[in-house]
Amino acid sequence: MTVTVRLPTIMRSHAGGQSEVKAEGDTIGAVVDDLVRQFPGTATHLKNADGGLHKFVNVYLNDEDVRYLGKLDTPVKDGDEVSILPAVAGG
Amino acid sequence: MAVYTSIDELIGDTPIIDVSSLSPNPRVRILAKLEGWNPGGSVKDRAALYMINEAEKDGSLRPGQTILESSSGNTGIAIAMIAKTRGYPFKVVLPENVSIERRQLLLTWGAEIIDSPAGEGSNGAMRRAKALAAEHPDWWFPYQYGNPSNPKAHYETTGPEIWRDVPEITHFVAGLGTAGTLMGVGRFLKERNPDVQLWAIEPPAGEMVDGLKNFDEGFVPEVFEMNDGADLLDRRIIVRPRESIEWTRKLIEAGVFAGISSGAIMAAAVRCAEQIEEGTIVTIVCDGGWKYLSTGVWTDDIDVVEARAKQTIYF
Repeated sequence: MTVTVRLPTIMRSHAGGQSEVKAEGDTIGAVVDDLVRQFPGTATHLKNADGGLHKFVNVYLNDEDVRYLGKLDTPVKDGDEVSILPAVAGG
Repeated sequence: MAVYTSIDELIGDTPIIDVSSLSPNPRVRILAKLEGWNPGGSVKDRAALYMINEAEKDGSLRPGQTILESSSGNTGIAIAMIAKTRGYPFKVVLPENVSIERRQLLLTWGAEIIDSPAGEGSNGAMRRAKALAAEHPDWWFPYQYGNPSNPKAHYETTGPEIWRDVPEITHFVAGLGTAGTLMGVGRFLKERNPDVQLWAIEPPAGEMVDGLKNFDEGFVPEVFEMNDGADLLDRRIIVRPRESIEWTRKLIEAGVFAGISSGAIMAAAVRCAEQIEEGTIVTIVCDGGWKYLSTGVWTDDIDVVEARAKQTIYF
């Protein structure tokens, strides 16, 4: 499966300045791993020491937070859009 | 109609209006709770009143003491209104990129505005407020993101009002900013009926703020964590600026003049209605449209309004 990954500003410098990149995988976890393989500089941003997602990273599949779908095991389809965003407050 | 002695007696007990004419599914009702009817103009009046009342009660806020808070607007306006009537000087750290009306309302209520950089969004304003609070221990810093009185206001008022007016509720759809509304209302409703589904809606704010250096500058409100928000919520969805504006405009068809965040929440309620067989969705209209007239939401070309919205904090 090939999906489009939208990157936040703070990760773009590790991906040649691109705001959108393609990545492969059958699940969100596999897509994140492929992203880190293509752009190794993103690894420290995305993952904590235990290999889980950074506390302040939110990953969305077609604009739905994957934590409420199947987390890293959430399956993806060809053409899906994955967005990675820093957690931000409002109010 | 009774005669009230103070403006804060008019906070809460807001009306709910049926906006099912906008529902794509005839078996799903959509009901909007109009928080813009609060005297300060937004849902934030409830949290501001609870935070101030409880601090007065426990002695952490003393007569004449200066109040400091960070806000993207509505919480600041709510605190400013109450602070004005009770004689507290109020300083608010405000990101530079909020609508001019938010700024004007804060000044109208006598708040002193301390600017924080647009690119850092609400996170930057909050960090600046924390630093100022540390430098000035004599000021009272309610800290809406970590103050238990914030979700408590919704647990004790907004939630019971919804349960009283719409006991058949199946879904509650609301914005996620401090998490106060969703944690308070959500906890109350799930205690009454564990089958009620909670949908949290947010703008892609992390895309719009470009001044964060890394994810360590991200932020999850303590209010969210204290209430096990990750377990309490059922869905968490981004609604992008264009769709938010489209639904802010469509709300007009149902007679509701609302802010842009309410358009985002309505867009998500409609998605919810498309996905379920039948049910009753209650949404929150956080504020009225008044504070967004300058952004041209209803009057300007949608491409222009969308570009403006991407530069503005509206949650």
